[in-house]
Amino acid sequence: MPPDIEAAAAPVLPDVEAVAAQVFTALADPTRRAILAALASGGPATATDLADRLPITRQAIAKHLALLAEAGLVTAEPGERRRVRYRLRSAPMQVAQQFLAALARDWDGALGALKDHLDRAPPGPPRSH
Amino acid sequence: MGFPDRIERTVEIAHPPRKVWTALTTAEGLAAWFGHEATIDLRPGGLARMRWTSGDSADMRVERVEEPTVFGFTWHIYGLPEDDPRRTYVEFTLEPVGAGTRLTVVESGFAQLSGEAHHKAFDGNTQGWASELGELVDYLDAA
Repeated sequence: MPPDIEAAAAPVLPDVEAVAAQVFTALADPTRRAILAALASGGPATATDLADRLPITRQAIAKHLALLAEAGLVTAEPGERRRVRYRLRSAPMQVAQQFLAALARDWDGALGALKDHLDRAPPGPPRSH
Repeated sequence: MGFPDRIERTVEIAHPPRKVWTALTTAEGLAAWFGHEATIDLRPGGLARMRWTSGDSADMRVERVEEPTVFGFTWHIYGLPEDDPRRTYVEFTLEPVGAGTRLTVVESGFAQLSGEAHHKAFDGNTQGWASELGELVDYLDAA
């Protein structure tokens, strides 16, 4: 097998899991989902922009943005004072997607299909070439 | 550990390894149970592609061909962006059991991070954050 894959995986496992856990914690809250969705659809925005768009107070948005920034899910763009814009960071999402990909990988279904295929395939030449 | 890096399944199949091998490693075989259409260049480094009627497709790079016992390939991690370089490694092992086959599939590498992705995921977004947060608080206090 290609040695790089497993060798690269082992040492970073705890970090990967921690990042995925932070993503799922962030997504468990409807307000934070709304903030992330707003940044994903509309691009970088200030806390005020978000407060205008969402039925949430600026104070609550600031609190959630702080948590999201700590989790690395948003980053504050350097900018003019009072116009700090928050931008979505996709890297942690991609880590969480790897977790979901493992859960969604349906080998049970694929192997069941393989068995069905072999059971119904007519007996023929043992080799196709 | 909650993050699955490796998936492993073993099934007993009532057909000999050679027949299972054909189903795993030929375009006709793969199209019959895995994809809806398939092509494969069966040699290490060769490319295989599967398409589904849904419009999805998967490109695989053949890594191991040891007929009729080991077939391995790597492919893109489903759900990650197209240009993401990370891939999982899938290895089928065929072992004769009586007249049938014990087939094991192992897919590994779900928890890997490339060096660049590691940097992107974990680098200091905290740089400058404390001061930005301070500015945010000032702003809210002033509002």
